[in-house]
Amino acid sequence: MENGISLWHRTVAEWLRGAGSWALSTLKTLGRMYIFLLYSLAYVFVPPFKYRIFLRQIQFIGTKSMVVIFLMGSFTGMVLALQIFHTLRKVGSEAMLGPAVALTLIRELGPVLSALTITGRAGSALTAEIGIMRITEQIDALTSMALNPMRYLVVPKIVAAMITFPLLTAMFDFIGIWGGYLVGVKLLGLSSGTYFSQMKQFVDMRDILIGFYKSFSFGVLVLWICCYKGFYTGYGAEGVSKSTTEAVVMSSVLILIWDYFLGTLFI
Amino acid sequence: MIEIIELTKSFGPQKVLDGVNLTIRDKELIAIIGESGGGKSVLLKHLIRLLRPNSGKVLVDGEDITRLRRRALDRIRQNFGVVFQGGALFDSLTIYDNIAFPVREKTRLSESDIHDKVEEALLDVGLKGIEEKYPDEISGGMKKRVALARALITEPKIVLFDEPTTGLDPIMLHAIHKLISDTHKKYGFTGVMISHDIPEIFSIVDRIAFLYKGKIEVIGTPDEIRASGDPIVRQFITGSLTGPIEIVY
Repeated sequence: MENGISLWHRTVAEWLRGAGSWALSTLKTLGRMYIFLLYSLAYVFVPPFKYRIFLRQIQFIGTKSMVVIFLMGSFTGMVLALQIFHTLRKVGSEAMLGPAVALTLIRELGPVLSALTITGRAGSALTAEIGIMRITEQIDALTSMALNPMRYLVVPKIVAAMITFPLLTAMFDFIGIWGGYLVGVKLLGLSSGTYFSQMKQFVDMRDILIGFYKSFSFGVLVLWICCYKGFYTGYGAEGVSKSTTEAVVMSSVLILIWDYFLGTLFI
Repeated sequence: MIEIIELTKSFGPQKVLDGVNLTIRDKELIAIIGESGGGKSVLLKHLIRLLRPNSGKVLVDGEDITRLRRRALDRIRQNFGVVFQGGALFDSLTIYDNIAFPVREKTRLSESDIHDKVEEALLDVGLKGIEEKYPDEISGGMKKRVALARALITEPKIVLFDEPTTGLDPIMLHAIHKLISDTHKKYGFTGVMISHDIPEIFSIVDRIAFLYKGKIEVIGTPDEIRASGDPIVRQFITGSLTGPIEIVY
């Protein structure tokens, strides 16, 4: 019996120790991530500004994502129109197709799917890039030159994301609406006037601003996670590969959670 | 002058530095030797606070860099140049831009002055015609030379070399050693070099410190080290498999 009790005590103690250690390490990571974000945002406003690196990031995150955003946007709009049209026909409201496609894209799918797409295309690459710089001591080299690595590796990327995410989202929405037009008007026979005139009536500036706020905050969120994961990567190729996977998974999940919170805020 | 006082550093349960005491004199070229994985690179990284110790001090010209805030630390770091083990060249920049990088970022020199400095630095390390190449397009030996050129271009007071000859053939090894020796004579910097190249380094350095089990076991001139009766030092410099140093395969 005594042995049984002592074994039970030991097991509980072990479990508590494990839980405590996990809680402490999680708290430490969250604190470090928070400080990382604060520094990144603070340095946005402190000169010297790295214009060249910033422009390179605009090209990498923005220009190079355009093709995939075009494809994602057009097919999302087409699928949306196809599904919504059949639902609306059941209640005899096909005329609402335009606003339904536009509002879904502008308020929800545009910002979320653009952010997920850019995370997969650019976010993962940026984590790997910073991670490789960490394991090959390039970040140490910057530090040893009395230069702040955050200014070179993180700030220009975050600022570029603040600009490119909303622009790519706008492109996604625009292409998506035309994709919906293609299916709704050209394929399913809705009149072009109905598609656009109803849209004008139901979509207002507030919807567009909601989409903008979302995409802007997704930009900061994704680059924060991806840069952080690269900056504090583990050892070797395996460490970089793990960081890259974690960055993509964490960014994707947080995009959806953050989208829900913003959704409840702006509903 | 750099003074390391009772420096300790652990990674988890593993104690890597266990009270290191070492004084590095101005303008000397000192080599730190020791077993692989024995903490030499860890010690070197403490000299520029790329790592923070668990306890102890690192005094650079009398200032304890383990306690400095970022701005004051950066002021001290301006006096350093570092040649990292793999070169740590920025792979998105050309060789020219890599060497010019610290000058562009830390001075207000015109592009033509920077050009002259880069050309001179490349000449110092015996390279020419690779300015437009990227680090991945040049050999390991060339990378080390470029890293040296980048470290020297700001004419630092102290240069740290982290195994500058690892992975090089014997001829290139001698070439890099000669280069370090020549540039040391030319610029008169204080040099701290981590090395495994025994006995080759004996001919270029002023002193050798032997790091063993987290402490400096012996320090002396190359002749003193050669003549040392310490069985640990003797085993290490002769590379013998038998002796007090445990061989871990």
